[in-house]
Amino acid sequence: MTVLVEIRGVTKVYHRGRERVEVLHGVDLDIPRGDFVALMGPSGSGKTTLLNLIGGLDTPTGGSIVVLGRRIDRLSGGELAAWRAAHVGFVFQFYNLLPALSAQRNVELPLLLTDLSAAERHRRAQIALTLVGLADRARHRPRELSGGQEQRVAIARAIVSDPTLLVCDEPTGDLDRATADEVLRLIQMLNREHGKTVVMVTHDPKAAEYARRRVHLDKGTMTAEPVSW
Amino acid sequence: MRYLPLLWAGLFRKKTRTILTLLSIVVAFLLFGLLQAVEVAFESGADAADAKRLLTTARYSIIEPLPMSYQRRIEQVPGVIGVAYADWFGAKYQNESNAFPVFAVDPTRYLDMYPEFTISREQRLAFARTRTGAVAGKRLADRFGWHVGQKLPISSEIHPKTDGSLNWEFDLVGIIDAEDPAVRGNTDMVLINVAYFDEARQSGKGKTGWYIVRVTDSTQARGISVSIDTLFANSPDETKTQPEKEFAIGFAKQIGDIGALVTRILIAVFFTILILTGNTMAQSIRERIPELAILKTLGFSDGKVTALVLAEAMLMLVLGGGIGMGTAVAAMPALNGSTGGRFPPLFVGAETWLLAAALAAIVALIIGLPPALRANRLKIVDALSGH
Repeated sequence: MTVLVEIRGVTKVYHRGRERVEVLHGVDLDIPRGDFVALMGPSGSGKTTLLNLIGGLDTPTGGSIVVLGRRIDRLSGGELAAWRAAHVGFVFQFYNLLPALSAQRNVELPLLLTDLSAAERHRRAQIALTLVGLADRARHRPRELSGGQEQRVAIARAIVSDPTLLVCDEPTGDLDRATADEVLRLIQMLNREHGKTVVMVTHDPKAAEYARRRVHLDKGTMTAEPVSW
Repeated sequence: MRYLPLLWAGLFRKKTRTILTLLSIVVAFLLFGLLQAVEVAFESGADAADAKRLLTTARYSIIEPLPMSYQRRIEQVPGVIGVAYADWFGAKYQNESNAFPVFAVDPTRYLDMYPEFTISREQRLAFARTRTGAVAGKRLADRFGWHVGQKLPISSEIHPKTDGSLNWEFDLVGIIDAEDPAVRGNTDMVLINVAYFDEARQSGKGKTGWYIVRVTDSTQARGISVSIDTLFANSPDETKTQPEKEFAIGFAKQIGDIGALVTRILIAVFFTILILTGNTMAQSIRERIPELAILKTLGFSDGKVTALVLAEAMLMLVLGGGIGMGTAVAAMPALNGSTGGRFPPLFVGAETWLLAAALAAIVALIIGLPPALRANRLKIVDALSGH
């Protein structure tokens, strides 16, 4: 199994006023291609910070992060943006859809950065919405959808450009149990049937059960060696 | 074009607020279009002026007459290649409110002086041959339904005939027009043959209102003006000669400095618009910080997000400005109709459209830049976590 994400000695320091806060202390982690990892830990453990670094939303203070054979910690802001567009899909706790756009337009957003024609963008967004079971809600705006439906639209947006890596930050944190299970089954299906590598932050043990393995963080440090897969 | 739905959705995210802001922009550009049209109309005389034409009037007042005999003497000034004179008739047609300019002229000399006026060769010859002849500007003829061949009964406010009557009658022998809209504004008049007028009037015979002088070289205009005025210095009828454009500007300023007035009004209007739309844009972007962060998350670069915010400001100005200017254009026929032809025709020309486009771009840049820079500096992680 090839390693998709290779994290070595990653540190992350934030400055709040004069205060220096080290959130991650030399984290090492390998994520093989096709893995489904649940990043777990208590609040303030640094799991979301680590997820942001893996997804290229932030850069580490020290150490290296290699994704798909590329040192993303050395990329400029513009390069990192292009890299994200090409390789990463994001799913957030509060869906983060654009409220003024229909589900279809929301899903098409990442494709605006490609050279695809309007018709092709439309077609691909339709396919993604069909995959998440919301083809009939394409014209609806986010406020006209339930929480579970909104999250499924967000997942369709995350996969529409066919990224290698799916980064999910508490994707079921705002959903009831039944809806959360639906969403998790969908993410699991994307991992198992479509080969997406998934890194999911969660504090919910039940959600973590959908992952192939769990990684624990506490106070910015890995607390146990990842179980081999 | 691919970003238009995104821009449109962003712009109309809060419909009521955007529509109210758009309305204020529409009103600002409507005012701009109308006031510019008024300014252009006022300056049309100056714009239509020929640099090789001078106007010679009485030194102290343009209403003081000058002897017709000056024509021959002015012609002899070096650099002068043509001279014509014109006299103010002060006309009314049918009733008091139908007032328009009527000039008593030597037909051939006067029309030679204004090649920008178009008239058929036959009508021009007829005007020169007919002592009671008159030619009317097309706009005026259209307004009153005049046609060539009819009698033109007009009364003069200042020139009684030898029998004491103020009622005159001329034969309409031609229609003058112009291709240039600025010149067409000056065809709202009637020219009458001075031969009949001078013979039939009770007083002022042998006198005229002003001279139009054509020179060979416009760069010599100043020197020739001095030569003409020197010729009549210390005589009972001293003259003041100046380039036609200067005269036209000075004449327009007798009503008021329309240009300065229009500029001041527009500065006030657009300053208000800047504050209003600038505040709206800033508020709109402030509310959408998480959305902009999501765009960045999806791979939109800092530059692209900055450009999107600026484009949204531009879209608002283009929409509001376009509707405002379009409304101004649509209002022109009604406005021109309501002036009863007593005012040069109002129109929104290409120059005004270009000026409006430049103004829209500048306002969009000023109101769009601060939120665009804020969007540019936005850090995804901070924005998504609500910091």
